[in-house]
Amino acid sequence: MKENTFDWKKYLIVFLFTVGLFLSASYVSNYFSDKKVNQLKSIQDKISIDILSSETQFSLLSELSCKNISDSVLSGELGELATKLEWGQQNLGATDTVSYLKKYYSLLEIKDYLLTRKISERCNTKSAFILYFYTTAANCTECEKQGMVLSSLREKYPKLRVYSFDYGIDLSAVKSMLQIYKIEDTKLPALVVDEDVLTGFQSIDGLESHVKQSFKLQEVKPIIKETTTKKAI
Amino acid sequence: MLSVSDIILYTLTFLSVYVQVFFLITFLENKKKIVVRKGSIELQKYPKVTIIVPSWNEEKTIYKTVHSLLNLNYPKDKVKIFLIDDGSTDRTWDAIKRFSKNPNVKIFHKENGGKYTALNLGLEHVETDFLGCLDADSVADPESLVRIMSYFEKDPKIMAVAPSIIAINSKNTIQHAQKVEYDMSIYIKKMFGFLGAIHVTPGPLTIFRKKVFDDLGPYRHAHNTEDLEIAYRMQKNFYKIEHCNDAYVYTNTPPTIVKLYKQRLRWIYGFINNTIDYRNIIFRKKYGNFSLFTVPSSIISAFAVSYLFGKTLYSLGGFLFSKFLQFKTVGFYMNSNIKSLDPFFINTQILFFISIFLFSLTILSVLLGRKMSEGKWRFSLSMIYYLFILSIISPFWFLKAIYNTLLSRKPSWR
Repeated sequence: MKENTFDWKKYLIVFLFTVGLFLSASYVSNYFSDKKVNQLKSIQDKISIDILSSETQFSLLSELSCKNISDSVLSGELGELATKLEWGQQNLGATDTVSYLKKYYSLLEIKDYLLTRKISERCNTKSAFILYFYTTAANCTECEKQGMVLSSLREKYPKLRVYSFDYGIDLSAVKSMLQIYKIEDTKLPALVVDEDVLTGFQSIDGLESHVKQSFKLQEVKPIIKETTTKKAI
Repeated sequence: MLSVSDIILYTLTFLSVYVQVFFLITFLENKKKIVVRKGSIELQKYPKVTIIVPSWNEEKTIYKTVHSLLNLNYPKDKVKIFLIDDGSTDRTWDAIKRFSKNPNVKIFHKENGGKYTALNLGLEHVETDFLGCLDADSVADPESLVRIMSYFEKDPKIMAVAPSIIAINSKNTIQHAQKVEYDMSIYIKKMFGFLGAIHVTPGPLTIFRKKVFDDLGPYRHAHNTEDLEIAYRMQKNFYKIEHCNDAYVYTNTPPTIVKLYKQRLRWIYGFINNTIDYRNIIFRKKYGNFSLFTVPSSIISAFAVSYLFGKTLYSLGGFLFSKFLQFKTVGFYMNSNIKSLDPFFINTQILFFISIFLFSLTILSVLLGRKMSEGKWRFSLSMIYYLFILSIISPFWFLKAIYNTLLSRKPSWR
């Protein structure tokens, strides 16, 4: 007959070790999350400086030729920031910080939008932009689809800018935008294209012809596709 | 806020890490006791041993099985071999009859009644103090028996000794994957041995003292896993089971996924239902680590595997739905996204690091299993690949076994 001795100390030591392991993993995870949040912050700071610089440039050069004003202030970085913020919202633990960054991002979008409009008015050019209002509160499949349509259009027409705003964001500037365009939460997703307010999902064909007509955009084939084709050959 | 799904995931992960750490600490405590003997050893006494070979339609493999027993490095007159044909429908009986003239071999033919009935027929005729079984698809290493018997010589309290089972003739991916798993089982079984908590005495050459059956009765049907039930019964009665890591038995593994599925379904179904039958010995301090660690850890792994599978399927479903939606909305479109290049998008959540740790410990388990059986470290990249395959296919039999248990359906043997 064997004697079963229950070594509770061992069970406790293993428990403490496992807890320690989870705490260490949590520490490392937080370290990386903080780094990522800082990265987001620094991108936003850069964009902020860029906008300020453009505004200043605009003021300085307003008397001069419109040719000197750089017209692609943000397109690339703003897009990158949007992707990272969206990812961060789903994957980073620090939700408060990320939602704060999202507010900041919305503000930067509005500033960029205003600046672009000013430049357009002053220089008599027409900038191609879409305002896009969506919601993350309810399970909005239509919003997801609309997002895909807009991403696809942006790939096709790099000059097209899309400013996207979360309907539920607690930011007075965004709320003012909602009031200006009379956007209601029951009619999301909603788009503003060349001062026309379009509510509900807009298919790619319809939206593309609308955009083309309004802004006379040139289609640009993405370089990545060509590379892929070459590789395939 | 954590969702219910997150809480379940974290709990299961925590428990899985706990189990692996428990194994590791047990290993570190006992590593000096693990020896791998090379060459032949000598015993002070060579007790007589009966080895029962139950067979059902095993005409192709039984010849090698019996020969391996005849070639055991153990005094010939001390090994009795019982060959039992459990109503085979092929030429197994003819193959068995060829050994009838050997003075150490006794042959039996009976109506088909299942493996446990064949074993019990053998038990009725056993006259030696030690006995064992060898499945007719397995081959014993010449040194296996003497090494197992050395454990009995060393400690009279030991009532059964299980060998290390090594998968042989691995030809395809399914078999290679099983081989990696068998290697890992050697490590786990040895640790269970140190904890006095082995929960299965496998068909290939576990040797028992006859007293076990005299005291506790013969084999039972036990949901087609009689080798698991007898171990549970022994644990319930405080009979000591050991694992002899350097006694090798070579076994053929199922070559197809369907056969593997059927085998594993039987194992897992047997595990679940025997555990239900013996539920009154779980979480009881007097039954020691068997009751507090072995059985709970096996239940945890069954749940963890099934839950992770369900969760992965759910995520995959979500991903595919999103892709379908994308295709329906904008057609085929390659997103030139930056995600693939930017380190920002590398997952750095807690569970990511924990998963790396768990995976490393699993790899270490395979390596330690190999070290314990072969006496040397042997790392191969294919281990990672095969472990990945196992993790994809194993949830199927876990889930089916749970499903069958809920509906009380019994899986067939073959």
